Amino acid sequence: MEFERRDAPFVTPSGSVPDMMREVLYALIPAGLAYVWYFGPGFILNLLIAAAFCAAGEAAMQSLRGRSVEAALSDYSAMVTAALLAFALPALTPWWVTATAALFAIVVAKHLYGGLGFNIFNPAMAGYVVVLIAFPLHMNLWTAPRMGDIDYHYLTFYETARYTLTGALPDYLAFDAISRATPLDAIQSGLRNLRTFDELRSYPLLGDFGGRGWEWIGNFTAIGGAWLVLRKIVRWQIPFGVLAGLLIPAGVMYFFDSATHASPGFHLFSGGTILCAFFIATDPVSAATSNRGRLIYGLGIGFLIYAIRRWGSYADGVAFAVLLMNMAVPAIDYLTKPPIVGHPRKRRETR
Amino acid sequence: MSEGAPTYDLGKLHGGLRLPAEKQASTSRPILIAPVPAQLVLPLVQHVGQAAEPVVGIGERVLRGQLVADTHGSLGAPVHASSSGRVAAVEPWPVARRHGQTAPCIVIECDGLDQAIDTTEILVDYRELDPVSLRQKILQGGIVGLGGAVFPTAQKLMQAATLPLEYLILNGVECEPYISCDDMLMREYAADVVGGAQVLMHALELPKCLVVVESDKPAAIAALAHALGDIQDPRVTLKQVPTIYPSGGEDQLVQLVTNREVPSGGLPSDVGCVVQNVGTAAAVQNWIARGEPLISRVTTVTGDGVASPLNVLVRLGTTVAEIVALAGGYTERAQQLVIGGPMTGKSVTTDLVPVVKATNCVLVLSELPAVGDERPCIRCGECAEVCPVQLLPQQIYWHARADNERKLREFGLTDCIECGCCDLVCPSHIPLTADFRRAKARMRELADEKARARRARERFEHRNQRLQDERDKRDSELAARKDAARNAGPDAIAEILDRARHRGESDKDEDS
Repeated sequence: MEFERRDAPFVTPSGSVPDMMREVLYALIPAGLAYVWYFGPGFILNLLIAAAFCAAGEAAMQSLRGRSVEAALSDYSAMVTAALLAFALPALTPWWVTATAALFAIVVAKHLYGGLGFNIFNPAMAGYVVVLIAFPLHMNLWTAPRMGDIDYHYLTFYETARYTLTGALPDYLAFDAISRATPLDAIQSGLRNLRTFDELRSYPLLGDFGGRGWEWIGNFTAIGGAWLVLRKIVRWQIPFGVLAGLLIPAGVMYFFDSATHASPGFHLFSGGTILCAFFIATDPVSAATSNRGRLIYGLGIGFLIYAIRRWGSYADGVAFAVLLMNMAVPAIDYLTKPPIVGHPRKRRETR
Repeated sequence: MSEGAPTYDLGKLHGGLRLPAEKQASTSRPILIAPVPAQLVLPLVQHVGQAAEPVVGIGERVLRGQLVADTHGSLGAPVHASSSGRVAAVEPWPVARRHGQTAPCIVIECDGLDQAIDTTEILVDYRELDPVSLRQKILQGGIVGLGGAVFPTAQKLMQAATLPLEYLILNGVECEPYISCDDMLMREYAADVVGGAQVLMHALELPKCLVVVESDKPAAIAALAHALGDIQDPRVTLKQVPTIYPSGGEDQLVQLVTNREVPSGGLPSDVGCVVQNVGTAAAVQNWIARGEPLISRVTTVTGDGVASPLNVLVRLGTTVAEIVALAGGYTERAQQLVIGGPMTGKSVTTDLVPVVKATNCVLVLSELPAVGDERPCIRCGECAEVCPVQLLPQQIYWHARADNERKLREFGLTDCIECGCCDLVCPSHIPLTADFRRAKARMRELADEKARARRARERFEHRNQRLQDERDKRDSELAARKDAARNAGPDAIAEILDRARHRGESDKDEDS
């Protein structure tokens, strides 16, 4: 009898990249539902637009590079990028802003660096930062979370879609009437205007810990994140690092001066903290590679988030923190190489 | 857990995998003794080292246990006839060692009488031999490591004997899925295993022996405990280790039971240990106590591609096709033939390859591992998580693609034991182990190239030096002559002038 020749091992691997990416997408479902509930249907529109442009960008770049379009699209990595972008953008975002972010993420940050596996920057965060800097006006249009406020007009699906596509709000609504500061904005500017944290907590924007509504999105994000950790799609080092890197300095500062510093709870449940810890910083391609390296990488991101929120000019610093630590990855990888079994356990010899 | 076999997990192994054992099918029946085949095909290389040289002529009648090919001082092991018959040929034959290649083999047409050589002269009480002669004696038995590495046992002992030693470790871990030959051997030939341990301890003057078995083999542990109870040797201890692949790797096992790391590029003997497979120990006992050299072994025939998996005690040189027939033949779904286990085995294209000393398992699988569904590495790090040597396969993969030899060394490519764990967990389905094997081969090639280049450079420099020396010599001679001329007296000048005049005249003569 004749047989075919193969290389060992002769066991089919268990997981696959598409499966992993799909699980990440599933894990984002609770957070997505919460987002839609609190900030309206704009999230769905953003998601669809981002997905369409990410897919188009992926397909175009793959065919330009003479590679299989089908292979790239079927790994769902572009969809994860699209989903992360949709979470980062305000619910009311003109389509062309979303498109710019999506195309920059896929075309520049991902494919111009060599495609999946080669990109040094987290594509979603690179795309987000580009529009954050290029279109600050549009990126600051956050609506109020749906908490049953009677004096606030929540946009209908029609109104949201109309704004997303044409940039036009209903005639009776001014920009300022629906625009609200995010809790992070409010706290940052409030503290800088010498108000105390306790005073600011009574602000209607704030909930029990973080922003009203925001903290619930955080909860639902954490459910998906915990699931990823349990399924071992995400190892604990990065989420733990991010949260510890943020909460430890926040806690220390709050302990010594609770008047002019936001509480650790507020930091945890505001902005993109939890999304970053479980879904953004954990992008393996742009993260450090060893377990110890990942812990350091996470801690760095957490600390940078705190530093930007506390001393920077942006209200939230997730995207910048991630991109800065992306740049530090080669150095972290170099310094945290685990000792090979059978090699002396000494520190690396100096060259 | 059986009496006298506490779980022993002193050293901690990094990574590893808990794999489905798949051993049930082949362990449900006792070992079947395979019949003498019509023809034996005995490769001259069934071990690490030099090929053995035939010592029999074509047409010569040989007996079972007779030496047919011998080593001459170099690293290697002799080969013996597995049954009686006539030497038909010494010719190339397909073997499992190298893909698609043949190797010189001695082909014996068996006469079915299975007549053995006279063993009375061979048999001696090993306790009367000094360690050096005992090691020499073991060399003559053609015994090699039966765990799969097939390093000549005697030479392993000789090498180890030069170092201070503490433990003999008998490896009965057999951690790779499907393979159960050691398990069955321990169950049915436990006395030989512990007997072999005593011989090996004597050969190395070792004070302690650990017989190590994985926890998923209670029957083997019970049999060994019983055999140990019979011999009452306080030097031998039975140990149980958790079932994790690849804890049966030589260096991994040493680390697991002694908490000592075998240094990179070194051997277990560097940390005072000698590891022998339980099958090897039984083979040693068989040779020393009964005078039968290594002419047969227990081989597992299994997988969902054979009808009724089992273990056979088979004569070396029997073709794989014949022992598959003993297992009920192939099923309709048989697609892939592997010699060895699913993690480290070698796939062969034909079942005409003979069972050799290394053949611990014949695995027939119904499923072909997919090829070409490889995706880019996303650096998830799962491979590093499971690597028993704590390498970073994702980084090595990178440097292997870039052919960066310096980085490959730095990241420990040569420390890779090719266990295949990283392949199994890679979500991008990258054939890492195969890539690393190729990179290692490439690195050896580069080293060879470098050596060649160095030799060429040395030759070139040598030549330059020679030319330079010649030039220097000529120059110094010229200088000496010049010097001599400059310091010459009037007589010499007259002589020179005379010579010049004379030459001028002869020139004229030639002109006319």
